[in-house]
Amino acid sequence: MEILVILVPLALMLGGAGLVAFLWSLKSGQYDDLDGAAWRAIADDEPAPKAPAKR
Amino acid sequence: MHVTRDFSHYIRAAGEGVQHIDLAVEGVHCAGCMAKIERGLSAIPDVTLARVNLTDRRVALEWKAGTLEPGRFIDRLEELGYKAYPFETESAEVAEVAESRFLLRCLGVAAFATMNVMMLSIPVWSGNVSDMLPEQRDFFHWLSALIALPAAAYAGQPFFRSAWRALSAKTTNMDVPISIGVILALGMSVVETIHHAEHAYFDAAIMLLTFLLVGRFLDQNMRRRTRAVAGNLAALKAETAAKFVGPDEISQVPVAAINPGDIVLLRPGERCAVDGTVIEGRSEIDQSLITGETLYVTAEQGTPVYAGSMNISGTLRVRVSAASEATLLAEITRLLDNALQARSRYMRLADRASRLYAPVVHATALLTILGWVMAGASWHDAIVTGVAVLIITCPCALGLAIPTVQTIASGAMFKSGVLLNSGDAIERLAEADHVIFDKTGTLTLPDLEVMNAADIPADIFELAGRLALSSHHPVAAAVAQAAGAKSPVVGAVEEAGQGVRATVDGVELRLGRPSFCGAEALVGSVDPEASIVAFSKGSERFVLSVRQGLRPDAKAVIAALKARNVGIEILSGDREAAVKSTASALEIPEWRAGVTPADKIARIEELKQRGAKVLMVGDGMNDAPSLAAAHVSMSPISAAHLSQATADLVFLGRPLAPVVAAIDASRKALHLMRQNLWLAIGYNVLAVPVAISGVVTPLIAAAAMSGSSILVMLNSLRARSTSREIV
Repeated sequence: MEILVILVPLALMLGGAGLVAFLWSLKSGQYDDLDGAAWRAIADDEPAPKAPAKR
Repeated sequence: MHVTRDFSHYIRAAGEGVQHIDLAVEGVHCAGCMAKIERGLSAIPDVTLARVNLTDRRVALEWKAGTLEPGRFIDRLEELGYKAYPFETESAEVAEVAESRFLLRCLGVAAFATMNVMMLSIPVWSGNVSDMLPEQRDFFHWLSALIALPAAAYAGQPFFRSAWRALSAKTTNMDVPISIGVILALGMSVVETIHHAEHAYFDAAIMLLTFLLVGRFLDQNMRRRTRAVAGNLAALKAETAAKFVGPDEISQVPVAAINPGDIVLLRPGERCAVDGTVIEGRSEIDQSLITGETLYVTAEQGTPVYAGSMNISGTLRVRVSAASEATLLAEITRLLDNALQARSRYMRLADRASRLYAPVVHATALLTILGWVMAGASWHDAIVTGVAVLIITCPCALGLAIPTVQTIASGAMFKSGVLLNSGDAIERLAEADHVIFDKTGTLTLPDLEVMNAADIPADIFELAGRLALSSHHPVAAAVAQAAGAKSPVVGAVEEAGQGVRATVDGVELRLGRPSFCGAEALVGSVDPEASIVAFSKGSERFVLSVRQGLRPDAKAVIAALKARNVGIEILSGDREAAVKSTASALEIPEWRAGVTPADKIARIEELKQRGAKVLMVGDGMNDAPSLAAAHVSMSPISAAHLSQATADLVFLGRPLAPVVAAIDASRKALHLMRQNLWLAIGYNVLAVPVAISGVVTPLIAAAAMSGSSILVMLNSLRARSTSREIV
């Protein structure tokens, strides 16, 4: 059962990382426009200015 | 005279040398619009940010300070096919957004804690029946406490605060039993953990908070979305005025930037945005939005004009007065305050349920403790069982029962063109059994229509429409719109108060008063509500009858309401002849004309005495007090500012059908809310005996809680399917 000493803190750290990521996303306004975000995912990228043709 | 648009009121600084403005944009509803607008605006040099918010229908713009004039963005959006207007966030909306973010943060914390505590609880539950060492179990309990206690202290704030507010006001609400349940469950679990006991309820307590926060967040989000739409509408209608900044120079400024004593210019076809007194000019004004009276009033020097009046024929200079000076508005405001006070006495379904629920639950818990002690159990065991009763009865499903239905029903109403101003409007609308309609602007359309267009030869009508484009007169605008005219007649001249004339191919065209066109002979028996416009081409004469038409589906809606056994009547401030013709056209036997705001309230009170629940549908400023006095109220989107703010629901578009759709949707929603409450209570009836008998484990508590919550949420989803055939 010594493995708990590693697993429990690891699990809590992962959970904590998830929470921090959520709070960051909230703070950076990612939940302000839920309808728009759904569409942006499938919108075409903006054509880069004077994109050189690549092969 | 030189006119400039002044946006400085709306611009704010956003960091080093960058300026920011928010614009509300009409007609944005898909990804295509979003990309089009963002690319179109970003293409303007020096624009550093152009981002559309599809939920709120707004665009945020930033640019290098001093390089651009915001009017350019509005013109650019106009080229792209969107109507935009500067937007100022109301303080109420700022508060809603902050509250919504706080709830989401609480929800995040609670969900994180629930997941981690569950991760620790499941080994304990399975360990209890297998071979877990007591030390390991204690270790897991302490870890759970370490996560759950701070998380509950943070995420429980919305409930604790609201419960405290209710208790300090010596009332109870749903949050009181929730707070007591959570605090007792956590406290007991800590005590049990110290005594190395087998069961701790950290998981149940924190899971309860998570579920309830979901309900709270949904509720909040619904209100926030309505608030955003309402804010955009307010921005659309706000109202700018042409203020004199020099003897001959005027600037188009928002009303907020106008002070008493300023002088504004009111041109024909413009709606007055301020209260004031005419100091120069002579014109006819349409005060139907204020008084309901459709007959025009003559305005000359010294005539008071109120915000919402439409200037018809001449240009006026108006000196702005303080709002309180206007006697009519002061009277309306006073009535409105009284009515609003009366309305706040309504008790929401959720609060009524919790008022019954809390004492029963707390008494049961107390009786359980006393019962077990009398039966010979130790105080410790008796208290543990009592707390278990509180945990299991904690109104988890009860807390979700109403907000989930409200959220889904308001979404369904949103789609059929109805916006909710207040959360409990659904409950009140479902109870309505008597509808009072205002006439002008509610049963009739706010804009004018040409009634006899079919009798006029098509080519003549088109020519009249093109000529009408050169006039500012609202009646002419209606003719132009009805004719679908696009290109104005070249060289048309407007003669103030008379009409427009032009010469095309050597033939003189005239549009205006019958006398101006020499068509008095054609004006026969006249519809009392119609304005008559004459048109002459050479020696040919025609007469157009322009009036406010009934909403296209008004008759069908009235019939549909009758079929639903709802009483209907018309209360209008307009003249008797006008009201009578509308009432007979719609087959409404009960109507009153020439009614003042106070009379309307008196009539509503009379109906209340008889036990009727009144739905008031009105748009005018004179309807605002009665909108507030009625059990529930509705306004069309074209309504006066004050009425729209007072109404519980606002409906969009030309048809009247949303009134019936809203009644149907809310009745269905109330039915589901009741059903949900019964489901929640039924679950308690089953679970409470188990809890009283003392065999509840944390596993049973967690399963019962999530089971009932999911059941209630699934039941709420049924509110989404609204029937299509309304009338």
